[in-house]
Amino acid sequence: MQFRINGTVHEVEVEDDMPLLWVLRDVIGLKGTKYGCGIAACGACTVHLDGEAVRSCQTFASDAAGREVTTIEGLGSPEALHAVQTAWIEGQVAQCGYCQSGQIMQAAALLAVTPNPTDDEIDEAMGGNLCRCGTYPKIRAAVHAAATKMQEG
Amino acid sequence: MSRAGKIARRTFLIGSAAIAGGVAFGYYKYKSPVANPLLEDLPQGAAALTPYVLIDETGVTLITPRMDMGQGVWSVQAMLIAEELDIDLDQIRVAPGTPSPAYYNTALSHEAVPFDPTDTSFTAETARGVVDAAMKFMGMQLTGGSTTVPDGYDKLRHAGAVARETLKAAAAARTGIPVGDLKTGRGAVVLPDGTRLDYTTLAPDAAVIAPVTDVALRDPKDWRLIGHRIERIDIRAKSTGTQVYAIDLEPDGVVHAAVRLNPGRSGAPLRYDATAAEAMRGVEKVVPVTGGVAVLADNTWRAFQAADAIRIDWPAPAFPAEMEAHWAILSDGFTEANLSATPREAGNVAAALMQAGDAALSVEYRAPYLAHAPMEPMSATVLVEGGRTEVRAATQVPRFTQANVAKVLGLPDEAVHVHVQMAGGSYGQRLEDDAIRIAAEIADTVPGRPVKLTLKREEDFATDYPRQIAMARGLGTVANGQVTGFDLSIAMPSVMASQMGRQGFGALGADAQITAGAGDQPFAIPDYRVRGYQVDGLAPVSSWRSVGASTNGFFHDCLLDELIHAAGADPLAERIRLTADPEARKVLEVVGEMCGWGARLAPGQGRGLAFCRSFGVPVAEVVEVRATPQGIRIEKVWIAAGVGRVIDPANFENLVAGGAVFGLAHAMNCQITYAGGAAEQTNFDSYEGMRLPQGPEVEVRAVEGMGRVRGIGEPPVPPAAAALANAIFAATGQRIRELPLGNTVDFA
Ligand code: FES
Ligand code: FES
Repeated sequence: MQFRINGTVHEVEVEDDMPLLWVLRDVIGLKGTKYGCGIAACGACTVHLDGEAVRSCQTFASDAAGREVTTIEGLGSPEALHAVQTAWIEGQVAQCGYCQSGQIMQAAALLAVTPNPTDDEIDEAMGGNLCRCGTYPKIRAAVHAAATKMQEG
Repeated sequence: MSRAGKIARRTFLIGSAAIAGGVAFGYYKYKSPVANPLLEDLPQGAAALTPYVLIDETGVTLITPRMDMGQGVWSVQAMLIAEELDIDLDQIRVAPGTPSPAYYNTALSHEAVPFDPTDTSFTAETARGVVDAAMKFMGMQLTGGSTTVPDGYDKLRHAGAVARETLKAAAAARTGIPVGDLKTGRGAVVLPDGTRLDYTTLAPDAAVIAPVTDVALRDPKDWRLIGHRIERIDIRAKSTGTQVYAIDLEPDGVVHAAVRLNPGRSGAPLRYDATAAEAMRGVEKVVPVTGGVAVLADNTWRAFQAADAIRIDWPAPAFPAEMEAHWAILSDGFTEANLSATPREAGNVAAALMQAGDAALSVEYRAPYLAHAPMEPMSATVLVEGGRTEVRAATQVPRFTQANVAKVLGLPDEAVHVHVQMAGGSYGQRLEDDAIRIAAEIADTVPGRPVKLTLKREEDFATDYPRQIAMARGLGTVANGQVTGFDLSIAMPSVMASQMGRQGFGALGADAQITAGAGDQPFAIPDYRVRGYQVDGLAPVSSWRSVGASTNGFFHDCLLDELIHAAGADPLAERIRLTADPEARKVLEVVGEMCGWGARLAPGQGRGLAFCRSFGVPVAEVVEVRATPQGIRIEKVWIAAGVGRVIDPANFENLVAGGAVFGLAHAMNCQITYAGGAAEQTNFDSYEGMRLPQGPEVEVRAVEGMGRVRGIGEPPVPPAAAALANAIFAATGQRIRELPLGNTVDFA
């Protein structure tokens, strides 16, 4: 099966029903996408599929093949941060940090279509991403900060 | 003996502080020599100044003995060292310490004795001295009990200062310039003419001179790092997906493992059928392990799938199979025989209640078992090779883990090397190391090949040792608009006996956690009694963020709130009036100021106040809710906490706000209930917690300078559930005495 991940083509042989999450983590070796629940209940595994935020634990390999997959590693890097990541760092959002790849991918997908989201729109988009450490107030503030950053260019 | 006991303890404290990172040098020199672990494999040209600082030609590494589970302690520990060492956080590497008796933990042991941590009476001081000695023997290097900051505050700064002064002495010896004319800054000794001698180049010289241990710590007004907002050292990695957690390790040739373990903790399966599993793609083999079965496969998902395909019959559980039985045992547990302690007894509450007769308030509270469920499931990577075993895991008890793995493999402790990893949360779960022991058993079946065991989320829930279940009965009297009598009896299993029992230790007398957060509150009520009952025969339990106080803070403050209401008094004013401690009073006053207590609220709105002092930290929280047609909405939270001193303000805010949200989330809708001998909640769909849309605005303030330096990881948790229950009462008139509150009301 052929995957386009963060702009690179990978040819791997996996079961049709292997979740994209495990293709990324165990087959391709991209560990930034996290396993939290495996049942679409936490959002830790969120990636972009053709620009849209999806739960990679619920996306079959065969459904992702041939489409554009973006993971946290493809969104930005420590040297070249995405605006959402900059906002997350400046806001010191992360505690344990384990949920934050998913939170950031979810927020980036929201801001791509809704550059200046209201609190209700943030609620709507981010409601499926669990954070056990309770960083929600910081996440909300960081989404607003990222929106401002992106508009200022 | 009285003075001797006190002096011995002081001497010890000063000794261990004065040598700080030099705990191995000072204390152990005069007791029994313990090897400095960093001196073993030390490469040529490197100088190990103290166990907390390692400098060689490649740079400066700060060894942080405490594990980071998300509470930012790597940063905090590094700040404490770097402040005195005169180096910046962008110039250092941080490495977790390896298990070593040199890293014993002083502050935690104070929680293991039945005294209020702030009680400085003679008996308390002496008892702590005894337990300190026990802790030294056990060589405890553990992360828990909010001890990292108090324990490291002096030691780590001293470590930095000793390193700095020794490097200056080395520079003085090399250049002939008197030490008094040398300065330090950004990782170098600076000569009077401005020449910079990097610490890295001075390291070989510093290695061969005696360390300068007689050092003075800097005046707080000169601090560059402590108390200032700094970028946390792991924040970039955690915002870019580049932070490596235990679950992300993948050594070459790794074999992935999954397990099915007995949810009823009653030992090996009666029988199992792994035929289907063994035939699945990528499966290497299926092996029995203690209390269950493991699958080895070529990736995590295939291992999970195969483990699920094993059919297993378990023996009857080792605890009551159904929930009603647990509650019945607790309810019957308030007996003379179970009475473990009466930490508070003032006046004559029995007489007061008798006199009040039917007018006395009489209520019962319940708090359920709770799972830890950090976002990163438990995992461990183990390589058994020849006589040497490498363990990589996020454990809070590396010393225990080392010994436990050694026992599993029949090896001496020194053959087991534990490398502590960054944890994606813990909340106490990583004080247990069953998963690591099991991983070692599995690795032992494929010597020479690393095995990574990952617990599937469902398995993580099923095998978690939950927070204690607890029940409390409260009675009380009021007169003339005041609370006059308060009698609280608490029944729960002993967390310490359960947890330490799994590590092969007996408990140290009565378990102080049974009344922690209730029997140690700074209130002066005329007739005031708190009793604790230890109830056996329940499910095994473990420390969960704030331990005993997580249930007792709810019981104590809810009862107080009910009595204040019965007296017709103001919740804030009456708590302040009853408070005997200046720091606690200040914290209450500050939270009142922050929220504008007494302000007019909109219809349907209500505010609840709660207070709990745990781990020596007084915390007051006000929760504001609104009753809506969809249910209760938590709108705003104000928190004041007395912490002595804030080391890292951003981290402080995160931990306090996060701790309160954590407490509120569980109070809303989380519980572990047993049916058929297994936990009914197996994933985040049935253990929801709080989601972002439900997240309140949170305002946090530190009350500094009124007490010793204290950790803040746990103390914000205990008041949260009580403040929420009290707020719901204020908004709706409904008193809810059972957690989670969501069993009784809906949350919007
Ligand atoms: S792991 Fe995919 S939603 Fe939790
Ligand atoms: S930061 Fe720990 S789960 Fe979100």
